Amino acid sequence: MIKKHVTRRTFLGTSATALGATALATSGLTGFANAADLTVGFIYVGPKDDFGYNQAHAEGAAAVKAMAGVTVIEEENVPETVDVQNTMESMINFDGATLLFPTSFGYFDPHILEIAPKHPDVRFQHAAGLWSADKHPMNVGSYFGYIGMGQYLNGITAGHATKTKKIGFVAAKPIPQVLLNINSFLLGARQVDPEITCQVIFTGEWSLAVKEAEATNALADQGCDVITCHVDGPKVVMETAAGRDAFVCGYHANQGPLAPEKYLTGAEWNWASIYTGMVKTVQDGGSIDNFVRGGLAEDFIKMSPLGPSVSDTARAQFEATKAQIMAGGFAAIKGPLKDNKGNVIASEGQSFVETDIALESMDYLVEGVIGSIG
Amino acid sequence: MKELATTPLSSQSSLGILKWVPRLEFVAIPIFAVICGFLIFSVFLILLGKSPTDFFALVYKAGFSTAFSWQNTLSRAAPLLLAALCVALPAKLGLVVIGGEGAIALGAVAAGAIGAYLTNVSGVIAMPILFLSAALTGAFWIGLVGFLRIKRGVNETIASLLMAYIAIAISNHLIESVFRDPASLNKPSTASLSEALRVGAMPIGIDVHWGFLAGLIACIVSWILVEKTTLGFSARIAGGNIRAAQVQGLPVAKLIIGFTALGGAIAGIAGFYEVTAVHGSANASVFAGYGYTGILIAFLARHNALAIIPITIMLAGFEASSGLIQRRMDLPDATILVFEGIVFVAILFSETLYGRFRFFKHEYWKADA
Repeated sequence: MIKKHVTRRTFLGTSATALGATALATSGLTGFANAADLTVGFIYVGPKDDFGYNQAHAEGAAAVKAMAGVTVIEEENVPETVDVQNTMESMINFDGATLLFPTSFGYFDPHILEIAPKHPDVRFQHAAGLWSADKHPMNVGSYFGYIGMGQYLNGITAGHATKTKKIGFVAAKPIPQVLLNINSFLLGARQVDPEITCQVIFTGEWSLAVKEAEATNALADQGCDVITCHVDGPKVVMETAAGRDAFVCGYHANQGPLAPEKYLTGAEWNWASIYTGMVKTVQDGGSIDNFVRGGLAEDFIKMSPLGPSVSDTARAQFEATKAQIMAGGFAAIKGPLKDNKGNVIASEGQSFVETDIALESMDYLVEGVIGSIG
Repeated sequence: MKELATTPLSSQSSLGILKWVPRLEFVAIPIFAVICGFLIFSVFLILLGKSPTDFFALVYKAGFSTAFSWQNTLSRAAPLLLAALCVALPAKLGLVVIGGEGAIALGAVAAGAIGAYLTNVSGVIAMPILFLSAALTGAFWIGLVGFLRIKRGVNETIASLLMAYIAIAISNHLIESVFRDPASLNKPSTASLSEALRVGAMPIGIDVHWGFLAGLIACIVSWILVEKTTLGFSARIAGGNIRAAQVQGLPVAKLIIGFTALGGAIAGIAGFYEVTAVHGSANASVFAGYGYTGILIAFLARHNALAIIPITIMLAGFEASSGLIQRRMDLPDATILVFEGIVFVAILFSETLYGRFRFFKHEYWKADA
């Protein structure tokens, strides 16, 4: 009986010692970054190997990592809540980061705007186009690319590949960026054949694999034989569509390895070129412009290598159009053009080039797109 | 008869401080379980070739060492305290309500949508309106779960979960249509609240909003309600045996609807603080899964409202360290989830230890003395 009591006490005593040891272990953490280095933080809203939006940024971060004199720190799956505010401050406080790339659109307002004024020595670079001089702090910058042109080029390969003259688009939310991509994809395809229509399905969420698979299957069921998408991670759409024997066009990053036979091409971000350029600017003591935009010509976006199923005629038209876009002044949205409810978007001779600010408040689907944003 | 009733009482009071010994069990066993969880996780780390010492040092550093660490931890804890109560309160009646996320979402939309129309109203008038509208919306939503349970016999667990999905769908629809700020092009949101309608930081030197204090108060008040009032006593009776409670003439239906509604109101308040203190408008980012994390916390706290406080702070501290773990140890972000999972399993397994140690019993001490 007594022996048993002692055992309990010893046992509890051991537990207490273990607690103390855990507390002791907390001392003596050394610094992480070399003081002379520039520490750059990248924050992603999803996994950085999502074959999509986040992977595109992570590839840019990897390119920065390869530069001399730079320490790159990364954090993935950070929600657009107080979490991202804490992550930004943690990178600043614990790692001495002075250049941050919080990459998700929703990080901007209110999160970056909340943190940036508290850390005037830190530069916050946000991917999307929201910064304006009269409203926002000077240590915040916006950058984005005209990726709609990439979807236009996707559309050209799709126009050549489709036999049913029906192509499909799995879209997240009916917001201007997405609508521009849908419209560009169809208009590209219609350069090949004006009879082509594009069925669009909105999933309502940026990342919702089950709905994306359902939408892709629904498109295939309706006879769409080329499918692309604008969701955060196109992996599910690519694999599902290829499994249904449809061709696919990629988005955000290169999804070619997911469907090597069925992949035509893809509209990719080229963040490696942009991020290394920005970091170089900071290293050289310069300052990054607060508002930066660019397209194919400025290396903001690039196209995946054309897949084995792309015909020679398709390749020729693709390359010719790409050269036109690179030359500048090219307009995908040009008159005469109506939306799919019959309203006139652009009259004869009227056109919206890729840099046109009007495109950033797009609220229509062009004629030939089957779907509704209402 | 009278003598019989008083005898055990007097003998208990003669034990004095020793009457706290059985309660010590509720502290010692969870701490033991947490340490076991730490040890098991350490084995994982060692197998991966990582240092457990570094890991726990980073958890402490990121979650609990500096003022910023506490800011990180407590700001994450604020909505979780409230979300956990939405599970813990109905649990006193034996109900497993897991749809608090829906009440948070609808509460947030109510606060955001109404706030958008109160641009020129002073905060003194507008804030209580927003607070109450969020609370009432949440109360209605989870109260409905209680109503369906008692009046229609619908399983409250399934109903609350499915209703959470419905609530999020309704919230998204409202945010993207009628209450959408036309200027919020690429991220549909309600119109930004005016400065007068924003909840700021508490004056404690770190940037933690008043929602944290609201969470603490809600936990304490809920504990008093459950443990120290006749209402709470009735609820516990009904939770223990609903038939017996009915036979005793307790208003079981009112209790069930009342407690679910109260839990919903508290979750709605979490939505209110997310909108007024963090986001400044209602949008899809508000539905960040706090309601689901709240389920875990409530279960770990054994639905004890006071125990929710330390458990939430522990959990929030773990989550606060996720970033440093990713950055310093080159481990994936899921590491902290695995760690939390192991600690939770250890705590759940530790339930079986209660009552097995004579050390915590009066007899042990009486015998020794």
